Amino acid sequence: MSVSVENLSVAYRSRNGDVTAVDNVSFTIADGEIMGLAGESGSGKSTIGNSLIYLDPRMKQTGGKVTVDGKELPISDSKAMRRLRMTEVSLVPQYAMSALPPTRRIGRLTSDLLKSHGVHDRDAVLAEMKRRIELIGLQEDVLRKYSFELSGGMRQRVTIIMSTLLNPSLLIADEVTSALDVSTQRAVGEMLLEFRDRGFVKSMMTITHDLSILAQIADSILIMYAGRLAEKASTETIVNNPLHPYTQALIASLPEVGVRHDQTTLTGIPGRPPSLANPPEGCRFRARCPFAFRKCGETPPFEEVKSGHYVACWKVTQEEQGK
Amino acid sequence: MSTLTVDHVSKLYRASDLGGGITPALRKVSFDIKQGEVISLIGESGSGKTTIGKVILRLVQPTSGTVTFDGKDISSYSQRGLRDYYRHVQGVFQDPFSSYNPIYRADRVFQLVRGVYFRGLSQRKWDAKIEEVLHAVSLNPGDVLGKYPHQLSGGQQQRLLIARALLLDVKVLVADEIISMLDASTRVDVLNLLVKLKREGLAILFVTHDLSLGNYVSDRTIILRRGAIVEMGATEKVFGNPRHDYTKMLLSAVPELHKKWHRLGPAAVPGNGAAAAADVITDSRNGDAASALAHVSMLDELSHAQAVIRRDFRSFFSGRGGNRPSPVAVALEPPALTEFEPDHLVAEPE
Repeated sequence: MSVSVENLSVAYRSRNGDVTAVDNVSFTIADGEIMGLAGESGSGKSTIGNSLIYLDPRMKQTGGKVTVDGKELPISDSKAMRRLRMTEVSLVPQYAMSALPPTRRIGRLTSDLLKSHGVHDRDAVLAEMKRRIELIGLQEDVLRKYSFELSGGMRQRVTIIMSTLLNPSLLIADEVTSALDVSTQRAVGEMLLEFRDRGFVKSMMTITHDLSILAQIADSILIMYAGRLAEKASTETIVNNPLHPYTQALIASLPEVGVRHDQTTLTGIPGRPPSLANPPEGCRFRARCPFAFRKCGETPPFEEVKSGHYVACWKVTQEEQGK
Repeated sequence: MSTLTVDHVSKLYRASDLGGGITPALRKVSFDIKQGEVISLIGESGSGKTTIGKVILRLVQPTSGTVTFDGKDISSYSQRGLRDYYRHVQGVFQDPFSSYNPIYRADRVFQLVRGVYFRGLSQRKWDAKIEEVLHAVSLNPGDVLGKYPHQLSGGQQQRLLIARALLLDVKVLVADEIISMLDASTRVDVLNLLVKLKREGLAILFVTHDLSLGNYVSDRTIILRRGAIVEMGATEKVFGNPRHDYTKMLLSAVPELHKKWHRLGPAAVPGNGAAAAADVITDSRNGDAASALAHVSMLDELSHAQAVIRRDFRSFFSGRGGNRPSPVAVALEPPALTEFEPDHLVAEPE
């Protein structure tokens, strides 16, 4: 088991007390697995990703633990984490397009980065970087360029190469395709697959709000809602047979090529997620859920209803028991 | 019946540095948009789609070509005429979060409109008008009036901006990527709102890079590449039977829920390093849009950079040289469009 997250809770400090953005979350990612993490803005998906890399001073871990390759990840200890970043866990941040400083050439920047991570044989690593740059169809003179000389998609891909240069066990890719055109989206998506297939990264967590990109690259999908897990299953199951009402609504709201308004009217989900500063009791999707009933006043457990298919919904639990 | 016509509009952007290049952002783009019609303007970044919207809103002066609204050239408007023009033609932009000033309440955008267009209106009539437009965009006045921008969701903010446009007697709405920053669950509501407004007679120019969204709302589609139209026509024809390689490539890259990308897989990229990369590139040059890796897009970026013309200093000194057409004129010439079937134009390959 490559990555395992058990009962992780992360809170943001605020003047009015802690706001729990990630509430008691557990999941595992196998070796070679690409797990997609999807949810609306404010669902806590980026907070999970960030907390596995760098818990900034506003955030604190309020419970749970994370293990990577059998070793516990000291996420609250920034110094200890420093040694593990890039080698064990690595992040392609949401702002990857603007992550590269404009005053250093890409090659120099990478060299500095390696130095600060204590890599001695930097020439070998840079040669490997050249190889990877060519592998994805860019030219190796990228190394001699400044970041502003590259297009958005190229910058995005260079950032991914830099993040995975030391073959980390876990790569967290946060909204790496959101700001890109469809053709570049595809290039970046295929690059992530390629890197996984070639073993440059062992397992991957892809965070996005775009389910259709996950349908292309992820092996499994985890759906979050308001800081809690709603559903987890293989990509195929999530796309074709979702059980949680939220997942169902989310999928129903996606237009696909070929769907036109005069033939099929898609529907959104009315309302908006609850504030996490003062979350309601019970199921957090209750207020927007068309199937809500009395039982939903209690918090539904996130449990396995079918093999490999986890759902947190009373309606689903009852239906499965009734069978 | 009002019509907005874009006629041979070109726009050159000049790099500011000495000896810098000239980028043709638009190359003789022509189309018109009629009442009750939604046109999707689809293109990648740098294709010029936003520039068209800005030209229509008179935020950018075209280098050549005209935009006419109800038969009048919009560049001829004086300040007063422009005010009347904006009564009928309005825009909503990508980022709702930066369209508001966070210090003021969100409904200040309405007050600003009132200050310019509805000075004489009584408070009661004004309130009734606000209620009417909020109703039109399916917002509950109690939920949004008097609130600060941070208290509203992205979808609410975006709908409020559409409501602001509806306060005026708006005939044409330029909607530039208005839903790309919204969550999937609220996106559809804004899309359905556009459909509703279109049925009530509004003409909408829906600028987007998302093909499935464009397909969902529009009657006609224009595919832009490097500032020129490569394919245009009825949406079901352009999407159902794409003729241009570029359109095909875009469509094959769209991530769909129920259909996986056709991937060559690691086996198809043998060996390591340069050899593999060369394989990939030749592969995409073969032009089989369905199987080409998306590196096509990268090649496109490069050729776009090459399309930027270096300013020819010699021509400044030697006067207009002979019969040679100026490099600018050459660069501005878009590929010729031919009619493939009624209401479906396709450009020649470039």
